[in-house]
Amino acid sequence: MSDPTPEELLLGIDPKPPQTGWMDTPVEIKKGIYCYASNPKSVEYVGLPYPRQWNPIEEDWNLPENWKEIIYKGFRERLDRFRSIKVFMDICVRCGACADKCHFFIGSGDPKNMPVLRAELLRSVYRNDFTAAGKILGFFGKNFKKIGGARELTLDVLKEWWYYLFQCSECRRCSVFCPYGIDTAEITIMGRELLNLIGLNIDWIATPAANCYRTGNHLGIQPHAYKDMLDFFADDIEDITGIRVDPSFNRKGAEILFITPSGDVFADPGTFTCMGYMMLFHFLQEKYGFDITWSTYASEGGNFGFFTSHETMKRLNTKMYAEAKRLGVKWILGGECGHMWRVIHQYMDTNGPPDFLEEPVSPITGTKFENARSTKMVHITEFMADLIKHGKLDLDPTRNDHLKVTYHDSCNTSRGMGLLEEPRYILKSVCNNFYEMPANCIREQTFCCGSGSGLNAGENMELRMQGGLPRANAVKYVHEKHDVNMLSCICAIDRAALLTSMEYWVPEVDVTGLTELVANALILPGEKERETDLRSEPLPGMEGDDAE
Amino acid sequence: MRLNNLLSQKKAAITKKWFALVIKTYPSETAKFLKSQKDPFANPVGRTIYRELEALFAELLKGIDYETITSSLDPIIRIRAVQNFSPSQATGFIFFLKNVIRESLHKEILEEQIINELLLFESKIDELSLIAFNLYMQCREKIYELKANEMKNRTFRAFERAGLVSEIPEVEPDLKPIINIKEASNDS
Repeated sequence: MSDPTPEELLLGIDPKPPQTGWMDTPVEIKKGIYCYASNPKSVEYVGLPYPRQWNPIEEDWNLPENWKEIIYKGFRERLDRFRSIKVFMDICVRCGACADKCHFFIGSGDPKNMPVLRAELLRSVYRNDFTAAGKILGFFGKNFKKIGGARELTLDVLKEWWYYLFQCSECRRCSVFCPYGIDTAEITIMGRELLNLIGLNIDWIATPAANCYRTGNHLGIQPHAYKDMLDFFADDIEDITGIRVDPSFNRKGAEILFITPSGDVFADPGTFTCMGYMMLFHFLQEKYGFDITWSTYASEGGNFGFFTSHETMKRLNTKMYAEAKRLGVKWILGGECGHMWRVIHQYMDTNGPPDFLEEPVSPITGTKFENARSTKMVHITEFMADLIKHGKLDLDPTRNDHLKVTYHDSCNTSRGMGLLEEPRYILKSVCNNFYEMPANCIREQTFCCGSGSGLNAGENMELRMQGGLPRANAVKYVHEKHDVNMLSCICAIDRAALLTSMEYWVPEVDVTGLTELVANALILPGEKERETDLRSEPLPGMEGDDAE
Repeated sequence: MRLNNLLSQKKAAITKKWFALVIKTYPSETAKFLKSQKDPFANPVGRTIYRELEALFAELLKGIDYETITSSLDPIIRIRAVQNFSPSQATGFIFFLKNVIRESLHKEILEEQIINELLLFESKIDELSLIAFNLYMQCREKIYELKANEMKNRTFRAFERAGLVSEIPEVEPDLKPIINIKEASNDS
């Protein structure tokens, strides 16, 4: 039969998926997947090397002439410095347990997004240049190298590193399944550090990091604008509750400093969570004399330095503690942020110690937060769960009856710091309709929002939707089964990323922070009868009422 | 409707073959996973494709109800519209069904009645492809809309929030009506 079959016709239009092995399939940098290169001004501002204009889709990346030497040297230094990296490079047996656990692999179908393969991109060079076996095999030629899983670092390999290391959100889901405990996120972290040695960052990381270093937050919002925003929220709160809240700023001698991601102050729906913090603090102040201050300088919990290098991470993190020291507070209360907590929980012992602060004790319940003994920083959900447990909050959960809520465990707070029960305890206390997603999508096994670790840019929207699919798929399930219409989370990147992801995958579901739900339920002393929630949506039973 | 009976009998085998061909559009390492992992939450791409192809074929046997077809086609297209496919690859899997049917009916196809019915059935598949094209475009437009809206929210809203934008007040100031041109020319 001479007529071509339909699939032959179809495949004639475009090439088949690669039939070659991964090492022999060259990287193709695709629109919608890659992020724009960093703005040289931002690279320069934080003192990182080789700031320059370059474009990922151009052949020439304007690399320093001795780029290979820089990478080798950086690799060697990190192998010597971080025992974990050395071990992770050596012990992987390529069992494949991690392979199908990555949301980017699951959503994209690109095999190089299998965590094992993403790590092999670096490991292959490690084997070639840093192991005796690699060197011996290399002596017999390229094919022998390949048998040993080794290859030379070439420009194509470097480009492949860049492309795929910025398709990992460092969420660590893969590490949960690794029988050896290899943390592939750490491999990504190291790989990105190496790329930063030759100026190969993405702008959605470089510019927020530079802004944060300069003005204290990612957007470069100055102190007066930060205060204006909170004043604006105070107006809204007054409209809804009849109560005027009066947050204090940069107040020396306050007992506690509050730090939250700037996303809560400047981006919906985080803004409603921010209003929630303000209402909670007002309530506690009125009832128990709670003494807390905001800072317009430590106006960012997020730390994009974490996606750049250990040093940049430490620099940005130190700013929060410097402000705590300047104000003379006893300890820090932290808002709903993701990677801020990863940095605090996992790196503060090497970043610190903040020995000028005290071990946090709740002034209201007397609870000692022993888990925060070294970091001196308590998570808002730990703090609120403790208040609720001691009956210190006056709550009316029926005010959230118009919502059917599910909970997305943010990667950094769940896998990164084990915060699993507190958010659920709070949710069950402030709303009557709470439904869990399936067990293999929550808690330690939670799926990433798809845009973490600096990948929440606009130009890589297809990548974000691919990565967001596994989470959205589980949300869709509870939406169809239980009519869930609200996805709660405790991370500012989640609130931004999931909003867009939901709009594409499950448009019937909206996104909220946890404190917003608490504030909906929280009965402020002397408040008027509430007709709407914090979003000015009518409360159940108030839909038809015309209050005016 | 002999064809329909035949196709109904072979429904499971045809769906399976159609699924296998769609899965072959992914790299081989991925295809293995998409095929073998049966948990719908661990493998949303593979399971969604299987589930919806099954529903699509069942619907084609009945007729073409636009809404039902769309609800089954949308989840597959929505996924493939953001994966590394060209537009033709993302939607072209519809045509695989023609070949699967021709192959599975290679004996019966020689009968006149069957061939006539098959031609009609294949037109339904063509119709399906046009619906797929609509859905694909909707998904792509949505992607660009999301990009545009995020950009707008991040820039304009930041200005607005910082009090740098002067909005039209809710109560308009009392303005006198503009004198019309005729009167104005009379005055002059």
